[in-house]
Amino acid sequence: MPAIVASFICGLIFGAGLLISGMTDPQKVLGFLDIFGAWDATLAFVMGGAVAVSAVGFAIARQRSAPALAAQFRWPDRSDIDAPLVTGAVLFGIGWGLAGICPGPALVNFAGLSTPIVVFVVAMILGMIGYELWRRRATAPDTIDTALPSRADG
Amino acid sequence: MHNFTPLSGFLGGALIGLAAAMLMLLTGRIAGVSGVVGGLLQAGAADRGWRIAFVAGLVAAPLIAALFGAPLPRPAMDASLAVIALAGLLVGFGTRMGNGCTSGHGVCGFARLSVRSIAATLIFMLVAFATVALVRHGLGG
Repeated sequence: MPAIVASFICGLIFGAGLLISGMTDPQKVLGFLDIFGAWDATLAFVMGGAVAVSAVGFAIARQRSAPALAAQFRWPDRSDIDAPLVTGAVLFGIGWGLAGICPGPALVNFAGLSTPIVVFVVAMILGMIGYELWRRRATAPDTIDTALPSRADG
Repeated sequence: MHNFTPLSGFLGGALIGLAAAMLMLLTGRIAGVSGVVGGLLQAGAADRGWRIAFVAGLVAAPLIAALFGAPLPRPAMDASLAVIALAGLLVGFGTRMGNGCTSGHGVCGFARLSVRSIAATLIFMLVAFATVALVRHGLGG
């Protein structure tokens, strides 16, 4: 139960960060992605702040044997650059460029229940379910990757 | 039109990083939003509780801000609903196939100096740059 409460608080802080940074506004994200327009470099500062603080936190975590509220750290353990990583990143990049929204801001914006955001979130979840179904069909039943979802990179 | 806001950007980013650091230090998990949500959609997933709680926190953030007078986020979007739906499908499918999005690969992966995540981030950034260039400047613009 404490881990559940901690996760909620982390989600809350994450969402507050997205709101304060301006990254819940797709126009601002597209302003960064539009390098041939009136370029807005804000997103680079958001990433810089986020990476700097999380790197410090991760360095502290690396020195500990276990997290405070769970049995073990679940660090992603893959280092290979495989075809699904590249193809997935390309597909995500197209979608991100078309709408200016990625999963985190989509969920924060969901609270406003505006039609475009609801359409985006429903489509995003359908896309995720679609990938699960596609992967299961593409993989023989006895060779399904049973690795914990937590082992995924993100 | 839209102003460059490096200070609020950096501050908000630092909060995102704090949340990612706390989630790892407290629960041992990576704060990658597509991974957190995707794990909810897998058959037989036994760890739904913390995932639902994290997503609830994301959605609750603007609701709590609204209690203090902030408007609920209802962002203006130029794209048609059909394009938005297509974008959502691509974001959902692509982030699951590539095992991460802006938060999992872009923030946590960079902070871990993961070659895999840095490669993914460079790819989706470059493709997004190209997509916006095509949509805004390449197609009859």
